[in-house]
Amino acid sequence: MTGSILPFALGFAIICVSASILLNLFRLWRGPLSADRILAVDTLTINAIAMIVIFGIAYATSSYFEAALLLAMVGFVGTVAYCKFLLRGDIVE
Amino acid sequence: MTLVAELLISFLLIVGGIFILVGSWGLAKLPSLMTRLHGPTKATTLGVGSCLIASMIYFPVFGGTYSAHELLITLFLFLTAPVSANMIAKAHIHRQGRGIDPNPSDNISDGLPSPPGTSDWATFAGAAKTVAAEQDETGGARSADEVGGE
Repeated sequence: MTGSILPFALGFAIICVSASILLNLFRLWRGPLSADRILAVDTLTINAIAMIVIFGIAYATSSYFEAALLLAMVGFVGTVAYCKFLLRGDIVE
Repeated sequence: MTLVAELLISFLLIVGGIFILVGSWGLAKLPSLMTRLHGPTKATTLGVGSCLIASMIYFPVFGGTYSAHELLITLFLFLTAPVSANMIAKAHIHRQGRGIDPNPSDNISDGLPSPPGTSDWATFAGAAKTVAAEQDETGGARSADEVGGE
C-alpha cells in the first residue's frame, strides 16, 4: 500500500532516535550532578515515546499508543518526584 | 493522494528524527546543567511532536482508523515538558544557593553570586535574607519618623 519512500524515512528516524538514546545514556552515566541524571531520564522517556510512535507507524498498529501515553504520564510524575526529593529531602511531607 | 500523504509523513519523520538527535546531542555536549536544559526542553519536544503529527496523518490515510491517542500524547507532553524543566532548574538553583552543587563551568563554586539591587535570589536562604532586610528597612524608617516628630 505504501510506496518506497516511507521505509527509508522510518529507518532514518529509528537510527536518529537510537543515537539519541545512546547520548542520553552517556549523560545518565557521566552525571556529574543529580539534576543532570534527572534530566537525562526525562529525555530518555521522551525518546522512548518517539521510538514507540515510530514503531507504531512501521508495524501499522496503533495498539502501542497506550504504552506511550502511560510513559508520558509516569515520566512526568517521576521527574517531579525526583526534583521534590532533591529540593526537600522528602517526597510526601 | 497517498503519494502526497507519504511524502508528508516521510518529511515529518525525518525532521522529527533530526530534531530529537539535535536535542540529545545538546544534552550530551553542552557544558553545564542550565545550558543542557535547552536541548531536551525545546528540540526534543518539537521532534516528538513532529513524529506524532506523522502518526496522526498515517493512520487515517493508510490504516483507515483514527484514534485520539496521538492528540492526547501531544497535549500531555507539551503541557508537562516546561513544568518538568522548571522543576529541574528550581531544584538546581536551590542546591547551588545552599552550596551543595558546585558548577565550575558556570564559574559558580560556593553558593550563587548576589543579583544586582536589594532583593536576593528566589531560594529559601535568599527569601529569609530578603525578609530580614525588609524588616530592618521598616524598623529604620519608623525610628527616622520618631526622630522627625521630636
